[in-house]
Amino acid sequence: MTVKVKVENLTKIFGRHPKATLKKLKGGLTKEEILKQTGHTVGINNVSFDVNDGEMFVIMGLSGSGKSTLIRCLNMLNVPTEGSIEVNGEDIVKYNKQELREFRQKKVAMVFQHFGLLTHRTVIRNVEYGLEIRGVPKEERYEKAKNMLATVGLEGWEDKYPSELSGGMQQRVGLARALANDPDILLMDEPFSALDPLIRRDMQLELLDIQAKLKKTIIFITHDVNEAFKLGDRVAVMKDGVIEQIGTPEEILANPVNEYIENFVQDVDKSKVVQAKHILFKPSALVSIKDGLKVAVKEMKTNGISSVFVVDSERKLRGLVTIDDTIKAMQDGKTLKDILIKDYFTTDPETYVQDLISKASSSKYPIAVVDETDKFMGIIMRVSVLSALT
Amino acid sequence: MQQLLFMGSFPEAITFKVGIYVDWLVKWLMHNFGDIFNAISDGILWVLLKIEEFLLWVPWWGILLVIFLLGWRYKKITAGLLYAFLVLLIGSFGLWGYMMSTLSVVLTSVVISLIVGIPIGILMTYKDKLEIIVKPTLDAMQTMPGFVYLIPAVLLFGMGMVPAVIATTVYAIPPVIRLTNLGIKNVSKEMVEAAHSFGSSNWQTLYKVQLPQALPTIMTGINQTTMMALSMVVICSMIGARGLGMEVLIAINRIDIARGFESGVSIVILAIIIDRITQGIVNRHKVPQQ
Repeated sequence: MTVKVKVENLTKIFGRHPKATLKKLKGGLTKEEILKQTGHTVGINNVSFDVNDGEMFVIMGLSGSGKSTLIRCLNMLNVPTEGSIEVNGEDIVKYNKQELREFRQKKVAMVFQHFGLLTHRTVIRNVEYGLEIRGVPKEERYEKAKNMLATVGLEGWEDKYPSELSGGMQQRVGLARALANDPDILLMDEPFSALDPLIRRDMQLELLDIQAKLKKTIIFITHDVNEAFKLGDRVAVMKDGVIEQIGTPEEILANPVNEYIENFVQDVDKSKVVQAKHILFKPSALVSIKDGLKVAVKEMKTNGISSVFVVDSERKLRGLVTIDDTIKAMQDGKTLKDILIKDYFTTDPETYVQDLISKASSSKYPIAVVDETDKFMGIIMRVSVLSALT
Repeated sequence: MQQLLFMGSFPEAITFKVGIYVDWLVKWLMHNFGDIFNAISDGILWVLLKIEEFLLWVPWWGILLVIFLLGWRYKKITAGLLYAFLVLLIGSFGLWGYMMSTLSVVLTSVVISLIVGIPIGILMTYKDKLEIIVKPTLDAMQTMPGFVYLIPAVLLFGMGMVPAVIATTVYAIPPVIRLTNLGIKNVSKEMVEAAHSFGSSNWQTLYKVQLPQALPTIMTGINQTTMMALSMVVICSMIGARGLGMEVLIAINRIDIARGFESGVSIVILAIIIDRITQGIVNRHKVPQQ
C-alpha cells in the first residue's frame, strides 16, 4: 500500500495575524483562550495523518470540529498556516499559483455539501466545467460528461437545469462533475448530509459501487458516525481541531481511546460494523472425525454442552453431532460419520452481524464460521449475536 | 454693541469668501489641464453626436417598430402596441427631435456609467481599500440633489451637451456600482469554491460563474441607472442641454401651459417605456436558484 496523501503537523488559524497567533498556540494556549485574547479562530491544530492509495478515508466530527477546514486545506481552498501536505511526494503547500491550478485541474476534485452546482448552466454544462477549465475540446468534453452522467444514473437529464432536479439527483451531478475530471483524489465535504435518509443510503451504496469500480483515493467528511463506519476503510475522529483517534471502524469500536470517542460511538448501529470474525470464539470442545464416539461424549460432558462440531484432519468442517445422537449411536454400534447433522448455518468471517440475526434466531445450533477453503475458524453462539448489538 | 453681536442678525464682520479660491483652482486646472478636459469633451461630444445622428437617421416607423418588438418580447403584445402608440403620441406633439436629443444624452451617459461602474463594482469585492473609499463616496453622491452636479460640470466643461452628459453620468452611476458589487458578493460561496476547486483562474471564475450569477442584479442596477439618467437629463436643460427638458424649462419661463404639458407628458411616457422594457429584460434574466 502506497501513501497517497501525507499530512504533517497541519495548522490553520483564521484571522488577521495567523503567524503571530501560531506562536501563542505553540506557547500552550488553548483554542478558547486564543479566541478570547486575539479574536483568532484555530481551525485545525497540528494534525497529521496518511491516506493510502485507493483508500476511503473518512474524517468524522461534530460541527466546529475543523473537519471542513481540514478538507479545504487538501486542495488549498484554505491555505494552511503551517505544516505540509504531500500528495504523491510533492508538498502542495509550496506550489505557486500555476502549479496549484494544474494540481486542482488534474489531481483533485471536490464534492460539496450543498452541491455547489452552477445554477445558470445545464446539468451537462456543469459536468463539463472542470474539463472546460482544462481546455478539453468541446466534443470530447461533451462525450466524457455524457458518459459520466450515465455512470451516476442521470441519462436523459443533460439539458435540464439543476433547479429542476431533486436533491439526490443534484448531488449525483456534483459527483459526476468531480469524476469527469478523472482525479486521483476525491474530496467529499459532507456530500450526503443535505439529503433525506433513504436517498442518503442509496447514494452511500452507489458511492461504494463507484469506488469499487474506479478505485479512487477518497477523503470523505461526515458528522454521522454510522455513515463514517459504513463507508470508511479508516476513520479519523476530530474534536476541536485535533484528531482524537484514527483507525478502522472495528478498532475504534473495540478500543475507543477516550471518553469522547466512547460517547461518540455509542449510537453506532453495530450490526452494520461488527463482523462475524469479531464475535466468533474458538470452542474448547472440538471433535475430529477420526475420534470415536466416546471422545465426543467426553468432550461434550466436560464442557457442559449438548452438541459439538466435527472437523477432519485439515480442520475442514464435516458436521455436527448432538449428545443424544452420540449416546444412541454408542448403543446401536454406529460411528461418528453416520450421525453427522448438517442443518446448521455457516458463515464467512466477513459477514456483518446484521445478516446473522435471522440465522441465529432460526437455528438451534451455534453458527459455524468457515473461511473460503471451508476451514473451521470458530463458532458464534446465538447469544453473542444479540450481545454484539448492544 | 455686544448684545447686537450675539442676538442680532449674522455679523457682517465675520466673512470668509471661499468662492474666489475655487475660482482660482478652476482657472489653474483649465490652464494646466485644459487639453485633457478638451480631449474628454471632444470624445464625449463625438459619441453623443453619433448616437443622435443614428437615432435621427432611423426612420420614425423604424423606431416605433423596435419599441413595439421590445415591448412584445419582454412584456406582451399589447404592451408593445401601447408603447409604440405612446411614442407616436410624442412625435405628434412635434417633439420627435427633442426626444432623440434627450435619448442620446441618456444613452451616452448610461454607456459611460456601465463602462466605468461595472468594473468598479467588481473590483470593490476584491479590494477592501477601494470599498472603504467608494462606499461613503456613493452614499454622499446619493444624498446630494442632482442639481448640485451641474456646478462642477459647468465649471470644467462650460455649457451645452457635454457637461450634461458628465453631470448625468456622475448622478446616475451609483446604482450600477452598488448593485454590481452586491450581485458579485451574493454569489453563493460554495459555487465560487467549486469553481476554484477545479482550478479556475480568478478571471475564469469571474466570467464563467460570478458575472452570470450576478447578471440579474446587475441588470437591476442598469435599470436604475437608466432611470436616474433620464431624471437628470431633464435637470441638465438648465445648463443648455437640448431636449425635452429644455422645452419644459422654456414653457415654465414663458408660462406656456400647452407646451409645458406636452413636453412634460412626453418625459413621463419616455420614463415609463424605458423602465418597463428594462424591467422586462431584468425579469428575463433571472437565474434559476436551487
